[in-house]
Amino acid sequence: MNDRLWLALGRFGWTEARWQSLPSWQRRAVKAAIVGLIGVLVLAPIYGFDAAAYLAFLVVALIYIPDWGRVRYGRYVLPAAVLVLCFTYPYYLPHMPKLPIFTELPTMTTAFTMTIFVMMALGLNIVVGYAGLLDLGYVAFYAIGAYTAAWLASPQADRYHWTVNFGSVGVPAGLGGIHISIWLVLPAAACLAALAGVVIGLPTLRLRGDYLAIVTLGFGEIVGVVANNGDCLFTGFTGHCVNITNGPQGINPIDPPGFGHWLHAHLGLPENFLSAKNSLDVFYWAGIILVLFVVYCSLRLRDSKLGRAWVAIREDETAAAAMGVPLMRTKTWAYAIGAFMGGIAGAFLKSEQGGAFPTDFLFSFSIFVLSMVILGGMGSIWGVILGGAFLAYLNIEGIANVGGWYNSTFGTNTDLTKYSYGIYGIILVLMMLFRPAGLIPSSRRKAEFDVGVEDQPLMDVQAT
Amino acid sequence: MSRPGRAASPDEASKTPMASQASTAVPGLRALRRPSLTTPFALILVGLIVFWLIENLVRTPSDFYANLIFGVTNGLLYALIAIGYTLVYGILELINFAHGDVFMLGSMMATTLVGSTVLGLTAGSAWYVLWPGIMLALLVSMVFCGTLNASIERVAYRRLRNAPRLAPLITAIGMSFILQNVGLVWKGPRPISTRSLLPQGPIFTIGGVGYTWNEFFVVAVTLPVLAILVWLVKRTRQGKAMRATAQDREAAAMMGIDVDRTISFTFLLAGSLAGVAGLVFALYNTNTSFLTGFQTGLIAFTAAVLGGIGNLPGAALGAMLIGMLEGFSDGLPWHALGSQWTEAVIFAILIIILVLRPEGLLGERTPEGG
Repeated sequence: MNDRLWLALGRFGWTEARWQSLPSWQRRAVKAAIVGLIGVLVLAPIYGFDAAAYLAFLVVALIYIPDWGRVRYGRYVLPAAVLVLCFTYPYYLPHMPKLPIFTELPTMTTAFTMTIFVMMALGLNIVVGYAGLLDLGYVAFYAIGAYTAAWLASPQADRYHWTVNFGSVGVPAGLGGIHISIWLVLPAAACLAALAGVVIGLPTLRLRGDYLAIVTLGFGEIVGVVANNGDCLFTGFTGHCVNITNGPQGINPIDPPGFGHWLHAHLGLPENFLSAKNSLDVFYWAGIILVLFVVYCSLRLRDSKLGRAWVAIREDETAAAAMGVPLMRTKTWAYAIGAFMGGIAGAFLKSEQGGAFPTDFLFSFSIFVLSMVILGGMGSIWGVILGGAFLAYLNIEGIANVGGWYNSTFGTNTDLTKYSYGIYGIILVLMMLFRPAGLIPSSRRKAEFDVGVEDQPLMDVQAT
Repeated sequence: MSRPGRAASPDEASKTPMASQASTAVPGLRALRRPSLTTPFALILVGLIVFWLIENLVRTPSDFYANLIFGVTNGLLYALIAIGYTLVYGILELINFAHGDVFMLGSMMATTLVGSTVLGLTAGSAWYVLWPGIMLALLVSMVFCGTLNASIERVAYRRLRNAPRLAPLITAIGMSFILQNVGLVWKGPRPISTRSLLPQGPIFTIGGVGYTWNEFFVVAVTLPVLAILVWLVKRTRQGKAMRATAQDREAAAMMGIDVDRTISFTFLLAGSLAGVAGLVFALYNTNTSFLTGFQTGLIAFTAAVLGGIGNLPGAALGAMLIGMLEGFSDGLPWHALGSQWTEAVIFAILIIILVLRPEGLLGERTPEGG
């Protein structure tokens, strides 16, 4: 395909060699010009002239084209610009043009959920992408984070007449139960999830490859069953029901996040996210800040001694063990840290939604997050962010939007959202067949897929 | 299946099931087996289960027998599916996640066939209309599922033979979701009911519980199919090729075996077993839905792991055990967890087996098992 294109262009004197000899900013300018031309020639006649679209295109082109690497501090320009665009999203969203096919940019609610899913995808990326351990039960950590938040910030504990109130916001006076500020609940949930990761990991991480995948799947399913039946546990021992998850009714309401009165008065931070005037924006910004934290951790971990040990294990476990990498400890760390991030994300999402219900914790959720990691590119942070944001958008409104566009264009009446998991399945298969290293591959992973690895160990390594 | 050839010594032969590729190459490996708590722990567990069963038998014999019959019947069904997992794992070392969904599509196919006006089957049909009709439906759903499974291998897995291990596994998961959606598009989200064709009357009774004709139907179909399977794998050239490919793909290719064709044939075989299971399930359970496959598939996979994945008799044994355990856990009155916990019990067994004895009951120690 590419070769033919160059052959055709070569007739006009535009050979590939000549293209490669251009300075890189000129190449980018040509690419941007082509995209702009398509926009003007194809989209403008269909959707009409839209000044905002041109403005948006100009901004993106301005960030994209110049050779920032040659400027001092230039390498910070792209991340900084993306960050500014993310933070100011609520301000320019209402002025944005309609998209072709997808029709709408994500609304603020969707954007918030996207940040949560990006966090989870980054967490799973540490397990699957860095350490190469296929985890099909990631939903377990999400559930543990969610139920921790549900216990520490809801009236649930009131049925045992425990009443604690520490820095929470938006709790009516006289309501029992444990109410702790969400900012303390988040690390607690994360640590508990990490602990669960260690507990699940210790017995199972001796297994390799697909056996490990199956065991994690089993744990994920068991957590789901426990969430569903957790309203009446241990009857055999205690004689009465011990209610942990409140069964199918779920636990609600979970307290919203907020900074309380004092910080609101002195620093202007929102007192209560739910009752704030720009509630959705505040949630979104908090989500972005959490994502930044997770991205920072991922970046630093990737380059750390631990991160290099993960990559070594992923590429050749036997060789890594021979080089003195402690297998068990390294793998357990991957599990714990991945679970940590899943726990934060789960707790914060449930605090926004205001309730934890067992129907949220299904096997398909694990697959959904896995698709994000695979779509973006295992081990590649930017890829996983992109994959997570895109699939989350698809899941919440993208598929519905595309379905609406499809129906109105072709006059059909299909409900595309029913088939969303089929669409994720197709994404998984197509990615594995045609672009196994993902949309934005990490260079290392790509090499593994291109060359292929010999990962059928000849002999068992005794775990240390 | 577990014997590589008649020349091997009995000791050697018992250690070499299909999924053996690597570990048998190093005889000294056996010495590495860790001295573990496995044996006492397993003994205590089994002892507890046996005690619980006997206590239940003494207290309420009728419940015990009813669940025993239920469990054995379901176990045979699981065996058909579990053998499909084990065949594919034995030859490719791939957990074919899509297998359960192939079975689900088979059950939908069977439902369509027996309900169709072409065959015109009803419960009141004369036996010379009913049984040939059912046999025809059986054949069609076998061919359907076999072809489906083989074409999945052709389209997706074959291109990933030399990719990292995770790639085909993830593809299989994706395929499973795609097939589920095919079922969803085909029959809609609600469970569909199959026309009830089998006689329901009891053949004989034990402990006041009748063993009915439709339960016997499961046995009557499953056992011959399993017998044919064993014959196919042990006595035919194609079966020999399968065993050879399972042991060492490269060496088999050097000996002139068409490896691609053999793998395709294995998928075809596994798929047609799923087709048999689909028809039997549809007729015996009289309803199916697009979610059936995933659930049943996981149970059957657990059974295959319990018996020792890659090992045919192991899969059948594991399936019987899992089927009975499911029945007992669902239905026994004394200190059973009840059906809402059955899934968790089965997965707990899966985890315990994989952690303590990854090679399964009859299987062989593999490199995955740490």
